[in-house]
This record gives sequence, C-alpha cells and structure tokens, in this order.
Amino acid sequence: MLLLRRPNYWPAAGWREPFEELERMKRQMDLMSARLFRAPSDEAAAGVFPMMNVTEDGDNYYVRAELPGMKADELAITATGNSISISGERKLAVEDEKAQYHRREREGGKFNRIVSLPTQIETEKVTARCTDGILTVTLPKAEAAKPKRITVNFS
Amino acid sequence: MTDTESKALQAKDKTEAVTPAEQTRPGLVFTPAVDIFETEKEITLLADMPGVKGEDLVIDLHENVLTLDGSVKPPEGPNEADVFREFRTGKYYRQFTLSEIIDQGEIKAGLQDGVLRLKLPKVKAATPRRITVQTQ
Repeated sequence: MLLLRRPNYWPAAGWREPFEELERMKRQMDLMSARLFRAPSDEAAAGVFPMMNVTEDGDNYYVRAELPGMKADELAITATGNSISISGERKLAVEDEKAQYHRREREGGKFNRIVSLPTQIETEKVTARCTDGILTVTLPKAEAAKPKRITVNFS
Repeated sequence: MTDTESKALQAKDKTEAVTPAEQTRPGLVFTPAVDIFETEKEITLLADMPGVKGEDLVIDLHENVLTLDGSVKPPEGPNEADVFREFRTGKYYRQFTLSEIIDQGEIKAGLQDGVLRLKLPKVKAATPRRITVQTQ
C-alpha cells in the first residue's frame, strides 16, 4: 500500500482562496504598523492650531507656541480669569510672480485658540514675547492660587 | 498682499525626520516645512525652523547636496513642570539634491523669527539663454 503523505504546510486550501493568505498578512502588517507608529499617549492634543505647551513653576504659567515668521502686530492675545485666547493670521508674503515653485509646504491662514488654565491668573500682569518664532506668554498666578508654605508650630 | 485670505490653519504634528545615520546626541529630529521656488537667476528656499538661533544653524552645500541642520535649545526654564504638552522640540534636519549649478560664493542666508531664507544664485552658465534660430 502506498501512503501519500502531504506536509502540513502544503497549500492545498490556499489554491482555492489564493488571496486569503495575503489578506491575513495584510491584517498582521496593519496591526504591527499601528503599534509602531502610534502617537505617544501622554500628548493631549486638542487639534487646534497652534499646538501649545503649557508649563508652570511656583509663580507663573508659561504658554508656548511655535509661530515661525509671525510679527507681534499679527497676534492678538487676551487673558480673562483663568483662560487665555490667542488669535492671529499667519501671512505668507507673495514672492516674485514669475517664480516657479518646486515645493510649497509652509502654510498660512487664520487661527484662534483659547486655553483654560488650572487656576486664576493675574490678567493685568500677563506678558508675551516672540523669540526665534516661538511665542512665550507668561501668566502670573493669582495670589490666592499660589502654593503656600505652612509652618507647623510645635508647642 | 497675501494669497491666504481666509483659510483657517489646521493643527498639524511636526514631521519627524528619518536621518541616514543615527544621531550621536539623543533627541528628536524634525523635518522643517519648506517653500522652494526658482526664478531665472536664483533658487530661493524658505524653511520654518522655530527656536533655531543663527549660531546654531549649519547650512552646507557639498557636491550638489544641500544640508540644513539646526539645533534647538529647549525653551523651558529649569524649574518648570509640564501642565500639558502638544508639540515637542528637537533639531531640524533636511537634505536636498540640487540639479542646478549654484554659485557657491554668492549664497545668502538670513534667519528671522524662526524662518530661514536662503538665496542660491545660479551660475551664469546655468541661467537660461534665449537662442535665436537663424534662417538663411
């Protein structure tokens, strides 16, 4: 008697559904790339331009945004209670009309963003400055919101 | 005059760059957004590199490969703690291959408010010359 043994990997079923294996591979690749290129989870992006970083120390909050090429008079910053609003328009100057573009990746346009801070701020003392295309707004915390050291009296 | 009258800007993550060789210093590397346009006499490149100071920017043109390399010092002070963070800072790196022949001695670069403007003049031989066809 002749025993015909077929190895397990013999793609007998595969011939009937030739794309089934490819589909499976594609699903696995998608899963792998999704894991690899997932955005870091500690970033809570609001999805509103401009992207902002907010930091604090004992006295102030610092709000930073990257706004390359923007002038001070193109920005409007208002502070109220515990929030700050930044709006403006990034204008890209029209260059030589005869110029032929190879690449055009920089974008211009209007924006308007409001950010709430954890505590009240002293709206009178808010300062803003723009250096090398990074806007830094310094917002002093209200006196009531500042951390206070409490001394323990031993009797 | 601008060509962007009423468009609203969309928030975008900065694109991380893939550098050919690994960095010796740890840190993130980003691809700056650029505009490149050409006139008869020169090629102009504009690059958004917020946070880069003039002394930290290296521009190199070697064998038709233009390299932009700008490092950024973190803008945060030493005692600051994060409340929230939406963008990251790191260096900017990008390379371009130039097909035109550039007059290396006449390259002009200016960095203002985080925008680099690089003027690359073409050498005389590369500027287009109108050729008149003579008929007999």
